Amino acid sequence: MLSVQVGAAAVPPAVLAGMPRLRWGWAGAGLLALAASCGVGVLVGPVHIGVGTVVQTLVGGAVDPGQANILWSLRFPRVVLGVLVGGTLAIAGAAYQGVFRNPLADPYLLGAAAGANLGATLAIAFAPGTSVLGVNVVPLAAFVEGCRQDRQRSGRHHRGAETLQAPERDQRAFRPGKPAVSGAYALGRSVTGLRSATGLILAGVAIAAFFNSIQSYVQQTQTSSIRQVYSWILGRLVTAGWDDVLLILPYVLLSVVAIYLHRRLLDALTLGEDEVTSLGIPVRRVRLIVVVAATLGTAAVVAVGGTIAFVGIIVPHTIRLLVGRSYRVVIPLSVLFGAAFLVLADAAARTVVAPAELPIGVITAFLGAPFFIAVMRSTRAAAL
Amino acid sequence: MRTHQPGASAKLAVRFGVVAFLSVFFAASCGGAPTSATSTPASRFPVSITAPGGATVTIPRRPQRVVSLSPSATEMLFAMGAGPQVVAVDDQSNYPATAPKTQLSGFTPNIEAIAAFTPDLVVAAEDTAGLVHGVQALNVPILIEPAAKNLDDTYVQIKQLGAATGHAADADSLVASMRSQVGSFVASVAKPARQLRVYHELDNTYYSVTSATFIGQVYKLLGLTNIADAAAGAAPDYPQLSPEYIVASNPDLIVLADTKCCQQDLSSVAARPGWRVIVAVKSGQVVPVDDDVASRWGPRIIEFMRVVALHVQQLEKQAA
Repeated sequence: MLSVQVGAAAVPPAVLAGMPRLRWGWAGAGLLALAASCGVGVLVGPVHIGVGTVVQTLVGGAVDPGQANILWSLRFPRVVLGVLVGGTLAIAGAAYQGVFRNPLADPYLLGAAAGANLGATLAIAFAPGTSVLGVNVVPLAAFVEGCRQDRQRSGRHHRGAETLQAPERDQRAFRPGKPAVSGAYALGRSVTGLRSATGLILAGVAIAAFFNSIQSYVQQTQTSSIRQVYSWILGRLVTAGWDDVLLILPYVLLSVVAIYLHRRLLDALTLGEDEVTSLGIPVRRVRLIVVVAATLGTAAVVAVGGTIAFVGIIVPHTIRLLVGRSYRVVIPLSVLFGAAFLVLADAAARTVVAPAELPIGVITAFLGAPFFIAVMRSTRAAAL
Repeated sequence: MRTHQPGASAKLAVRFGVVAFLSVFFAASCGGAPTSATSTPASRFPVSITAPGGATVTIPRRPQRVVSLSPSATEMLFAMGAGPQVVAVDDQSNYPATAPKTQLSGFTPNIEAIAAFTPDLVVAAEDTAGLVHGVQALNVPILIEPAAKNLDDTYVQIKQLGAATGHAADADSLVASMRSQVGSFVASVAKPARQLRVYHELDNTYYSVTSATFIGQVYKLLGLTNIADAAAGAAPDYPQLSPEYIVASNPDLIVLADTKCCQQDLSSVAARPGWRVIVAVKSGQVVPVDDDVASRWGPRIIEFMRVVALHVQQLEKQAA
């Protein structure tokens, strides 16, 4: 079903002439960076565990059960979660920037973060302890259904997305996250028509402000939950271990694959909407599918990691500056470097002030922003 | 006053528009300068009380319309028998059940709403949003009794509230009773050669308390080793601990002060990845306590201490 959707539009080869492809060297570098960061991720933490023990644990050798417990229950799932969350936030950022042709677009721009924050706040304040684990195909079905409805009745994109349901546990972030973006989408359409990406972004900003106000109100009336909300908003990869990994894996895979398959179309979109439409590429549908895919992935990772700032901005832009701006380069490298970046950031989050922890959002912005400015200065930002 | 927020995290919080609430919250939880007492034992009015901030508050006659914006102060007032003089308490003052709970907020106080109760004494835990200035403008005395750092602070506050409401003798006997009970709890536990380790949980994101906090001193008095003290360099009062560290520290006793906020109990703790091997989980020494009791500095600290002391005795019996 999905392949019908994503494969529907072909890009004439001439359109992509002159846009660089992904070179093997860079792909290799990305894989190497990811492998190295995972190595660091499993080796550092408040509890010292040597390389030998880690290797022994991985191959099933006899190791101290206490250390094996920490590795298998806490550190390995945390590193894998970092890979999934970082890769998804970065690719979603790249996708939003491509769809809206706006360098400031990130996974949170269209109200997704505000919606997720509100959902989390509501759940923490009013339905604490509601946790029914289990992976559910309902969001997937609703997603595909939303796309199908879109093809039949182009005026009702948002209706499908609004009915998206999620596993009970993720009502916190899933439910509000997606209606927020689809709400922005519908509002942007009704106000300005789909032709204006600016209209969509402004609608998203308005919706984010609206959700933020409700979230602030709820938080004010439920002051006892403020510490949890704070923890959640700044992001943290400390949750339910492998359960969380399994929970978000289907959505992350679906999101990443869908965006990856649209990388050529995102390149075509850089030509401008009128030109692309004249080439027979269904701009609206491409935009909708990419936005829904990116939002699905974002909602999933935000549900387990909180709203981790800045990854969706700095990773794709750093790749644009250092490697190239073609989406066939930016999309796959964003996944690899985004994952590597977040795994390293999380390793820092649990070691810098060990045995206490820092919120990972503090690390991503604190390390990411100066690095990004340095890259911008050194490249004179010409590629932006 | 100590601050808990690194600059970077505060900046991010601003982005999401929550920093105002956070600063209020943290201010509430970490308290202010140590209380200096000049509790006038007389039950004659006018009475002058030197507030912890240094300002002297004069109360002209025995108050009959007290408004309390501090849950801890509410508990103290009712425990000493000043309850009948209290006409309104804030929305967080949920104990005792007979307290006249209102929509008034101690976090974002509204002077007009307070004035509507025509108080003759206002008690609060902190001066936020121009509270003191606003209440003084109404010619109403206001006492600020900030978060206590230790039991002595609590005793001082009880005595000040007693003097302020004409219950000086009742306050004295309440303090005396608390002192003797604390003494008996401390005496009821041996000081074992191997110190028992405790982990106190504030919520299920692993915020904890060090020995420098009001609640942390209870563990210290009972001779326990608090695993959060190792993180005092990162956050002197309420550090957020790494789960790896908690598991590796292998605490003998886990105290859950997140039973109301987060519905945590032995089974939810045992279900956390990697926690099943912790000795406290294996032996069932996971103690649920009332979040409110463990986060206030009122007379119910005695109940909390009794429960902890009981578990320490059990652990000592097991070891013997």
